[in-house]
Amino acid sequence: MEAVRRLRAGLKGWGGVGAMAVVCALTVVFALVLPLSGTRGGGPAGTGGQGVAHGEQTRADDCRAKGDPQNHSLRPSSSESGPTIKKIKDNGFLTIGVDQNSYRWGYRDPNNTAGKAELEGFDIDIAHRIAEEILGDPAKVRFRAIPTNQRIKAIQDGQVDMVVRTMTISCERMADVAFSQPYFTTGQQVLAPKSSPVKGYDKTLAGKKICSASGSTAWETLEADQKSGKLVASADITSVNPPNQLDCLVRLQLGEVDAVVTDGALAASQAAQDPTVKLVGAPFTTEYYGVAMNLEADDLVRRVNQVLEDYLKDGWQQSYDDWLSATLGDDSTGSLPPSDQKYRD
Amino acid sequence: MTHTPKGSAPPPAPPASPGAIPSVPPQVTPASGFPRSSAGPDGEPPRRTAFAEGLDQVRAAATTEPGRLRIIGAVLALLIVAFGSVTAWQMNDRATAADDVLTSSQPLSSAAAGVYSSLADANTAASSGFLAGGQETPESRVRYEREIGEAADGLATAAAASEPGSESEKRVAELNALLPKYKGLIERARANNRLGYPLGGAYLRYANSIMQDQMLPKAQKIYDNENRRLRDDYSDATSYPWAAIALGAVALGGLVWAQRRNYLHTNRVLNHGLVAATVASTVVLLWLVAGHTLARSGLNDSYDHGVRSLTVLNDARIASLKARGNENLTLISRGAETEEIKKGVVVDKFDHRFGLEMKALASQLATAGKLADDDKGAEPVKAALAGMEVWQDRHRSARTADEEGKYQCALDQVIGGRATPDCRAGDKPTGECFDQVDANLNTALGHETREFEQAARGGLDAMTGLPVGAAVLAVLAAAGAVLGIGRRLSEYR
Repeated sequence: MEAVRRLRAGLKGWGGVGAMAVVCALTVVFALVLPLSGTRGGGPAGTGGQGVAHGEQTRADDCRAKGDPQNHSLRPSSSESGPTIKKIKDNGFLTIGVDQNSYRWGYRDPNNTAGKAELEGFDIDIAHRIAEEILGDPAKVRFRAIPTNQRIKAIQDGQVDMVVRTMTISCERMADVAFSQPYFTTGQQVLAPKSSPVKGYDKTLAGKKICSASGSTAWETLEADQKSGKLVASADITSVNPPNQLDCLVRLQLGEVDAVVTDGALAASQAAQDPTVKLVGAPFTTEYYGVAMNLEADDLVRRVNQVLEDYLKDGWQQSYDDWLSATLGDDSTGSLPPSDQKYRD
Repeated sequence: MTHTPKGSAPPPAPPASPGAIPSVPPQVTPASGFPRSSAGPDGEPPRRTAFAEGLDQVRAAATTEPGRLRIIGAVLALLIVAFGSVTAWQMNDRATAADDVLTSSQPLSSAAAGVYSSLADANTAASSGFLAGGQETPESRVRYEREIGEAADGLATAAAASEPGSESEKRVAELNALLPKYKGLIERARANNRLGYPLGGAYLRYANSIMQDQMLPKAQKIYDNENRRLRDDYSDATSYPWAAIALGAVALGGLVWAQRRNYLHTNRVLNHGLVAATVASTVVLLWLVAGHTLARSGLNDSYDHGVRSLTVLNDARIASLKARGNENLTLISRGAETEEIKKGVVVDKFDHRFGLEMKALASQLATAGKLADDDKGAEPVKAALAGMEVWQDRHRSARTADEEGKYQCALDQVIGGRATPDCRAGDKPTGECFDQVDANLNTALGHETREFEQAARGGLDAMTGLPVGAAVLAVLAAAGAVLGIGRRLSEYR
C-alpha cells in the first residue's frame, strides 16, 4: 500500500502520457510487489489493479487541479447487464452501509411505536429507492451500520455494495472508492454552545478543544488547515476524535470539548437535538454527498446515477420536506446538488 | 516459678547484688537456693560474669541429687510452658485465619464477584432498555436500578474491608467515582431516548465504553485481590503447627524420661505430680493434633466443595452476563464494529465475543456440574446448562433473521416480541434463556455458599477453645511437674 502510494505521489506532475509510460514499465514490478505487500490483495482489485490504480490516480489529480470532485462520476445508464448488478440480482438484496446516529439522515427513532425498529431518514430513503429501482422492492436491502472511518474499508473489503452515509465526495477518496454524482450540497461548519466565545471558523477557536469524527471530512480539513495556517495552531484538534460525529455532541454537552466541526447538514441535526448549541459562522467549505461504491463497479455507478437523476426529479424534495426542512429550513435550493452536472464520461 | 517450689525448697539465700563488692559472696545467683556451695568463699580476685558463675553453680548442683532434681524440674516446667504457649499462639493464628475465611475473606470475595456481576448486569439491563426503545420496560428499569444499588452496596462493603493504602482500596475509590459518572451518562441517554433523539444511543455507547474499558477491569482487579487474600487465609489456617507438635513431643519425652529416672532411683512407680503433668501434656498434644486435623479437613472441605464451586459459579455468572451484553450490543451496533479473527476473516466484534463468552460459560458450567457433590447443588447447574443450550439455539435463529435483513425479527428474538407469520420465533426471546441461566446460577450460588459456611464453620469449631485450653492445661502440667519434683526434693530435707 505504502509503496503504491509513494509511487503515485512520484507520478504526480508527470502528466498523463509520461505516467502511462512509467506505469507500463512498472507493470512487472507491481506484479511482484503487490502480492508481497499484500494489503490490496483482499479487495476485488484482482488483475486490473494497475490499470485502475493508474486511472483513478490521474482522475484524482485531474480532480484536484480543477477542484470539482462532484463532476467526476460516470454518465448515468439504466443498463443492468454489468457483472456487479448481476451479482446483486443473484443475491436478491443490496447490502448498504449507513449511519444509525445521524438524526434525520440515518437513525432509529426510539419512539417509533409502529413496532418498527427500522432505520429511517434522508439517506435511508435513497437506499430504499436504489433497492426499489434495481431489485423492484424497496425492502430488499440490508443495512449495516458503519463507523465514519470504516466506510472506505467496508467498500474495499466487499462488506457492503455501497455506502449511503452522508459521505463527502472528495478527490482523495476517489483513489479508493468510486462515487456517484452528488445528491446533496453542504459545507463544514462550527457548532458551539450558545454562550461560547467561539464565533465561527476563525481566531476565536484559539486554544479551544475541537471535536471531529475520526476519518471524517471535517477531521481531514482541520488537519490540512492547521498545517497551512488557516486554522490557529493553538486549537486542539487531535485529542477527541470519536467514531461518529454525534459522539462529538456528547462530548460537547459534557464539557469535554469546546466546539464541534462537521458537515453543516449534520451539525444542524445536532443542534436540533440540543437547543443550547448552535451553528456559528458560515460554512467554510462547499461539499457534496455522494453514494460510494467499489472502484470496479462501473455498471453499478452508472445505474445508481440514473436512480439519482430520477430521484432528483421525483422524490428528493419530498424526502427533504419529510426529514430535513425542520432542521435546515423549508428552502432546499442551497442543499440541491449543482444543476450543471458534468460527467467524466 | 520454676525455682521455688512451694514448701519443699530450703529457704533461699538472701539475694546479693553481683557487682557491689569485689569479694565474692557464697551465693551469687539470686534465684537459686543451694544449701551448700562447693565453690566456697575462696576470695578469688578476678571478677567473672554472672553467666559463668551461674554455669558453675549449675555444674556444681548437678553433682548432687537434689541439685539434679531441681534442674530437671526447671527444665520440664520450662518445656511444658513453652509447649503450651506455642500451641496457644499457633492455634490462635490458625483460628483467626479460619475465622477470617468464614467471616471476612470469603464473604469479601463473594462481594467482589457481586460488584462485578452487578455492574455487568446493570450495563446489560441498560442496553436491553435501549433496544426496547424510548419506552423501556419496567422490568429492565427495575433490574437496572437494583443492580446499580447492589453494586454500590458491594462497593461499600469492599471499602470497609480493604486495608488502608492497599490496591483494592484504590480501585474501590476509583469505582466509587466512576459509578455516579456512569449513572449520569445512562440517565442522559434515557432522557434523549425519550425525546426520540439518536443522541441517547451515543450516550449509551459512551457509558458502555466507560463500563467496559474502565469499570469492569477495576472490579476484576478487586475480585482477584480478594481471591488472593482468601487463598492466603486458607493456607494460613491449614498449615501444620509443627513447632507446637515438636515441642509437645519433646516435653512428653522429657516427662517420661524423668519418671523412668525416678522409678530407677526410688523404685516407686508413680509420682502423682509427674503423672498429672504427663496426662495434661498428652491431652494438649492429642487435642492439638486431632483438633487441627479436624479443622483442616473441615476447611479443605469448605474449599473443595464451597470455594471452588463458588468461584466457578461466579465466573459462569460473569460469562453469561458478558454474553448477554454482547448479544445486545450486536443488535445495537448493527455491524458497526468488526474484528479480524484471523487473516482475511472479518467478523462482527460483539457476536464474536458472544461466542467466546458462551464457550466459557459452557466449560464453567461443566466444571460446576462436576464439582457439585449433591443433587441440590447439581440440579440448578443442570438447569442452567439446559437454559444455555436453548439460548444458543435461539441466538442462532436471531442471527439468521438479522443476516437476512429482518432486524425487527432479530430484535424480537432477543428482547421479546410477538410471533408473526414473518417471524415465528418472535415470542421466544433469548432473554428468557438468559434469565433462566441467571436464576439457576443464583440458586446454585446460594446453595454452595451454605455448603461452604457449614464446612468452614465445622473447621473453625474444631479449633474452638484450643488456644485457651492448651494454655490452661500447660500451666497445670507445669505445676504438676514442679510439684512432682518438689515431692522428691522434700525427701532430702
